[in-house]
Amino acid sequence: MAEKQLIRVKVNGRQREAMVEPRLLLVHFIRSIPGLTGTHVGCDTTHCGACTVVIDGKTVKSCTMFAVQTDGCEVLTVEGLMHDGNLHPLQEGFKEEHGLQCGYCTPGMLMSSYALLQQNPHPSEEEIRWGISGNLCRCTGYQNIVKAVQYASAKMEKGGKDGLSNVA
Amino acid sequence: MGCRTSPEVGGMGHPIKRKEDLRFIQGKGNYVDDVQLPEMVYGHMVRSPYAHARLKSVNTENAKKLPGVLAVITGEDLAKANLAWMPTLFFDKQMVLATGKVLFQSQEVAFVVAEDPYTAADGAELVEVEYEELPVLVDPHKSLDPASPILREDREEKSNHIFHWEVGDKSATDEVFENAAVKAKVDAVFQRCHPAPLETCGCVADFNAATGRLTIHLTSQAPHAHRTLFALVGGIPENNIRVISPDIGGGFGNKVPIYPGYVCAVVASLTLKRPVKWIETRSENLQSTGFARDYHMTAELAAGQDGKIQALRVKTLADHGAFNAAAQPTKFPAGLFSICTGAYDYPTAFCEVDGVYTNKAPGGIAYRCSFRVTEAAYLIERAVDVLAQELKTDPVDLRRKNFIAPQKFPYKSPLGWSYDSGDYDAAMKVALDMVGYDELRKEQQEKRKRGELMGIGVSSFVEIVGAGPAHTFDIAGIKMFDSSEIRIHPTGKAICRMGTKSQGQGHETTYAQIVAEELGIPASDVTVEEGDTDTAPYGLGTYASRSTPVSGAATAVAARKIRAKAKKIAAHLLECSEEDLDWEPGKFFVKGAPSKAKTIQDIAFAAYTNMPEGMEAGLEAVDYYDPPNLTFPFGTYICVVDIDKGTGEVKVRRFVAVDDCGNIINPMIVDGQIHGGLTEGFAIAFMQEIGYDESGNVQGGSFMDYLLPTAVETPTWETGKTCTPSPHHPFGAKGVGESPNVGSPAAFVNAVVDALSHLGVTHIDMPIAPWKVWNILKEKGVVN
Repeated sequence: MAEKQLIRVKVNGRQREAMVEPRLLLVHFIRSIPGLTGTHVGCDTTHCGACTVVIDGKTVKSCTMFAVQTDGCEVLTVEGLMHDGNLHPLQEGFKEEHGLQCGYCTPGMLMSSYALLQQNPHPSEEEIRWGISGNLCRCTGYQNIVKAVQYASAKMEKGGKDGLSNVA
Repeated sequence: MGCRTSPEVGGMGHPIKRKEDLRFIQGKGNYVDDVQLPEMVYGHMVRSPYAHARLKSVNTENAKKLPGVLAVITGEDLAKANLAWMPTLFFDKQMVLATGKVLFQSQEVAFVVAEDPYTAADGAELVEVEYEELPVLVDPHKSLDPASPILREDREEKSNHIFHWEVGDKSATDEVFENAAVKAKVDAVFQRCHPAPLETCGCVADFNAATGRLTIHLTSQAPHAHRTLFALVGGIPENNIRVISPDIGGGFGNKVPIYPGYVCAVVASLTLKRPVKWIETRSENLQSTGFARDYHMTAELAAGQDGKIQALRVKTLADHGAFNAAAQPTKFPAGLFSICTGAYDYPTAFCEVDGVYTNKAPGGIAYRCSFRVTEAAYLIERAVDVLAQELKTDPVDLRRKNFIAPQKFPYKSPLGWSYDSGDYDAAMKVALDMVGYDELRKEQQEKRKRGELMGIGVSSFVEIVGAGPAHTFDIAGIKMFDSSEIRIHPTGKAICRMGTKSQGQGHETTYAQIVAEELGIPASDVTVEEGDTDTAPYGLGTYASRSTPVSGAATAVAARKIRAKAKKIAAHLLECSEEDLDWEPGKFFVKGAPSKAKTIQDIAFAAYTNMPEGMEAGLEAVDYYDPPNLTFPFGTYICVVDIDKGTGEVKVRRFVAVDDCGNIINPMIVDGQIHGGLTEGFAIAFMQEIGYDESGNVQGGSFMDYLLPTAVETPTWETGKTCTPSPHHPFGAKGVGESPNVGSPAAFVNAVVDALSHLGVTHIDMPIAPWKVWNILKEKGVVN
């Protein structure tokens, strides 16, 4: 076992410090140190996207990154999407459009969709499908997830960039 | 069916938003891996790299020396407690940890427990296992070959044959075939695949030495049955076992069996007296837990020149892997495969299935399917298309000519089922209109002239779901009833608990809607709780589309019991006789004087504060429902594909799904279930396969090799409906979650074959990868 290293990571706006093994995967750090269990492990091989988080504005599959690599970074997880006690338009969209069933892929889907809308506030259906193509869902067939992202896109258009102010 | 309740009450038929979603969209679900307990330790499995090998030695010394490793359990250790083997759900046994030899790649060999998961994995690396390789049997067609090794030395019967099962009239069927004017035959392999729910299997076993109680947080679709099995096999008093199925990240049949990892975690917790968490990796999930299908089938249809089907003959070889761990009712070694006569009216059929062992992972679970119904629906729907080709007739016309007529229900099928209700042609008509069938056929003709490849595939499937009835159906001896308990609180709110367990189906919403429908209590005032065996009434769980047909029925019946008591209370409050009262959802009122009314909330309060003299307090009921028959959902699916000649790639241009699941609780959820099931059917038709090489190495052992569709490949689904209520279900529902997965594979394959039928192609086995199509095009001279 290699010597533990100190890392400082901002998670959902809150600074965290921890001594971690260099081999500790980011997803395990997120789930155990701040105890944010919304980020899930689905495949271990970077395919399913259940572990997707946003690091400095970019989506990352946290099962394939070491926690030490995020030293000095800002990480946004599903738990950081709500703003002032209100659901993010994407969260609302997933509920309104029946964009989830078992819920296991949902946090990763939300984070990928979040990053997509950051870069492209008005994606076409095809762009949404490509935007979430790194995330597998076994329940919904994606159709209502697409609608959920469209819902959020429309809602954010109306309300300015509502919900996007807490960008990591 | 129109809605009887307002949208605010949210009874049957309202597309109300799901109650469970709020926690999931905030990342606040509670899946097994989210369970954190004080002093918890972690298990990691050591697995065999070989598919068939003698176990020479298992040396755990170095692993035990690693700081942080607390225990290493081997098969020999378990043997001392008589736990090296466990019974499967189907008259066989399975090794928990290997003793003597291993029989499939990734078989469980030792279990390492450590203070943290990384150390447990390190410890597993240090377990030294010496193997002596044995000849490997992969091809089920060679299982009965005298030259093949006998895999199961533990069995008295020295053979790789597990069972022979047959149903129907063999001699009458043979006779029809001898005299038939037209015959069609298809050899179809339904490939081995895996449900691959996004959450793998796992548990936290928590033995409390102070109380003597064992709590198991478990990815279980059947928590009550699992509790009983842990009690029977482990010898722990059942009152000292509590199984909790928390949120489940998809099941699809994968979470019905009991797996060795669960047993090892329990043993470790009993030994260490600490909570033990064991969570599968994805590769462990794909390589060792319940696979599905692996049916090698031949179907023959006999017909007259007029296209009327006269008989069906089916012969199937079932590859069950190393142990027969099929999860199906005990009287049905091939599940409900005998639904393979399909939607068609003919008097004669014969079906036989032989199960065999191979050096592959054990199982034979029902993957989004009511026990081999998917294999059956695929087979008959493929066979009918081959017959249409033989007769040179349109596959739609052939189906319509042979459909069981609506007035023939209840229909006794030649293999013994009594179909409850159906109007197959009605669903077909809606589907044809939605897709514009005639236009598509014209387009296809024109495209063929230009050398373009386009196909239209049709599947008119019939399912058989919702087991019981208890007289015929049991799992490991436990009758397949299911249950519901409803308690109305004094303020008119309710909690209900069922013997089933949602894995994403939305039970917290749909069961609440049943209560809303029956009692008029808003669905938002009804809490639904499942999965805790300490609190919920006993039931067999959620699989085989049985939640709505069985527990849903129990919920309606329990609510009606409550309504009967509520009526007595209402009569007391309104100072009239029960006969003077009428009901509308939410209140009893005096006939002819609707203003003289008591709401269900008034009545609930009175049940605790002002009950009639002599009546016991409270307003609650429980029902254990034994369905009088199964339900038979059906539908017609039509798929349109275009094939790229250059690459062999199949593009699904359109897919129309018309489902009839009887009366609908929540149309939004039904549509969602159909989207999801079609996507899994699509995946099976084109991508998903757990293959093995000749040495027994798994070829689809991670998501790198086991291909699942993303949003990019997945088609857009067009859904339609007809409604033929089940005559025997309390509110006419049939179940729907599995229909799209059962009905769609044939539609996809039929479409691809249809695109190539003018070249003489009659069948292509799934998964239809581009290389398969390209090879056919090359062979037929379409491409060079």
